[in-house]
Amino acid sequence: MGIVSRGFQGRSRRSDPKLPPGQYLTDDFPVLSAGPTPRVNPDRWEFVVATETGTRHRWTWPELLALPSERPTVDLHCVTKWSKLNTSWQGVSVSTLLADVETAADYALVHAYGGYTTNLPLEDLLDGQAWIAYRYDGDDLAPEHGGPARLLVPHLYLWKSAKWVRGIQLLLEDEPGFWETAGYHDYGDPWREQRYQGD
Amino acid sequence: MARAAVSGRLAERLRWRVARLVSFGDETEAARTLVFDVPGWPGHLAGQHVDVRLTAEDGYTAQRSYSVASAPAGSQVELTVQRVADGEVSPYLADVLEVGDQIELRGPVGGWFVWRAEDTAPVLLVAGGSGIVPLMAMLRVRRAAGSRAPFRLVYSIRTPEDRYYQPELRHDDPGVDVTYLYTRKAAPDGARPPGRISAADLHSAGWPAEFEPACYVCGPTGFVESAADLLVSLGHDPSRIRTERFGPTGG
Amino acid sequence: MTYELAERYEDGNALAGPLAEIFAVDITSATGRCTECGTSGPVATLRVYVHAPGMVARCPECDHVVLRLVRGPDSAWLDLRGTVSLRFPLPPATD
Repeated sequence: MGIVSRGFQGRSRRSDPKLPPGQYLTDDFPVLSAGPTPRVNPDRWEFVVATETGTRHRWTWPELLALPSERPTVDLHCVTKWSKLNTSWQGVSVSTLLADVETAADYALVHAYGGYTTNLPLEDLLDGQAWIAYRYDGDDLAPEHGGPARLLVPHLYLWKSAKWVRGIQLLLEDEPGFWETAGYHDYGDPWREQRYQGD
Repeated sequence: MARAAVSGRLAERLRWRVARLVSFGDETEAARTLVFDVPGWPGHLAGQHVDVRLTAEDGYTAQRSYSVASAPAGSQVELTVQRVADGEVSPYLADVLEVGDQIELRGPVGGWFVWRAEDTAPVLLVAGGSGIVPLMAMLRVRRAAGSRAPFRLVYSIRTPEDRYYQPELRHDDPGVDVTYLYTRKAAPDGARPPGRISAADLHSAGWPAEFEPACYVCGPTGFVESAADLLVSLGHDPSRIRTERFGPTGG
Repeated sequence: MTYELAERYEDGNALAGPLAEIFAVDITSATGRCTECGTSGPVATLRVYVHAPGMVARCPECDHVVLRLVRGPDSAWLDLRGTVSLRFPLPPATD
């Protein structure tokens, strides 16, 4: 540890025994991004699920909004150590989207506008664990937080909740995404502090 | 031409050094110059920066980069910090840090956005807000070396009260011309209405492109991109324009 | 005039400190070439996104990712797949 600078507190943060190891509570909602914010016109937005056989299921923006939606309240844990509790969202459960998809795949590679990708096991997207979310805290999801729509999969570190989501590719084998190929963990369970490869 | 930046034992350049505040002075209401003593400081070139690291009692750390404002002077390193509203590091450095307190520095780093006293070409410095800091180091190194390279500084800030390094920048350094551009208030003599930097400003206050000046542009990202584009549109060779973007808040 | 900050990036000068932990010489003067569009230029001119779980440096012309750096507790992971090569200016060899 470096020398302590007298009186330096840093961003307001509180630790809390209910948080995953190494996390701090934050009151704001930091914006992290690996590139320029994509500006996606809802007229041209589409969400595609592609199976391992090449079958594609597609939804336009109106079709997404017409699907039954849920309003989950979830905790967010970012690998950069901030956590934000009790965040409210509205979106379509990924289970709903995948209900009619036939697949033998075990893995998913999530794609976003702008080129970002992230991987996770398919089963982590099901059973009420994930949503395609388009509203946050009572408003349309802002572009800097991933609008028009983002993946929300709160039981994993937030980098798995791909902003500006545009599709899910179902794969027979795991394929690491953007941060996973740069040293971050393939799974990313905050409760086991799986931040980096090898953790 | 291959010229290394400040050379020194590699291990020395990489590691975090303890820096102790020895004095400070406010440049403006928002900006303070901090003078640190950094034992073992290997020296630096004008334009280089340091990474500053602060550690809280619980081990939490924050890092930011700051350009070195001073010419090399033994173990002394000066930084000028602008308070960023809701910032994590700059309010601490500008308001909490007291003489005798310690922070950590790593560097100097950066070998591209650098001016060396051996360079004889005319130099155009274009500063937006706190972007003046590394350019001030260049002016100070020029003075300390007795260089005769002709310099022109174009310094864009909101109002006259926002100017750093007064009265130092008002002294007549032979071979240095300083032009202030105000974006929020008219110039005191009323000659230029308030407004952002324009091609006309750079044309009248800068060097003609035919002089092939070395151009250094520093400030917030948006300012740097506008100014660099204007220089190119005035005919300056893009490869003679060096830029340093501070990010949206200007450091 | 595009002062209004549309994107939160800095430039390759921001890589100087973090990459000084890995490279023996300053990286900001090294010249890279984007694998996507072929634009060459000093690392200092890359658009660097620092508000992320790592540093992401993109081509200033086409936004392709040129370089990524993730600093873990006991390692640094440097991905250079987006540049064809890096050319470093060095003092002349002395043999």
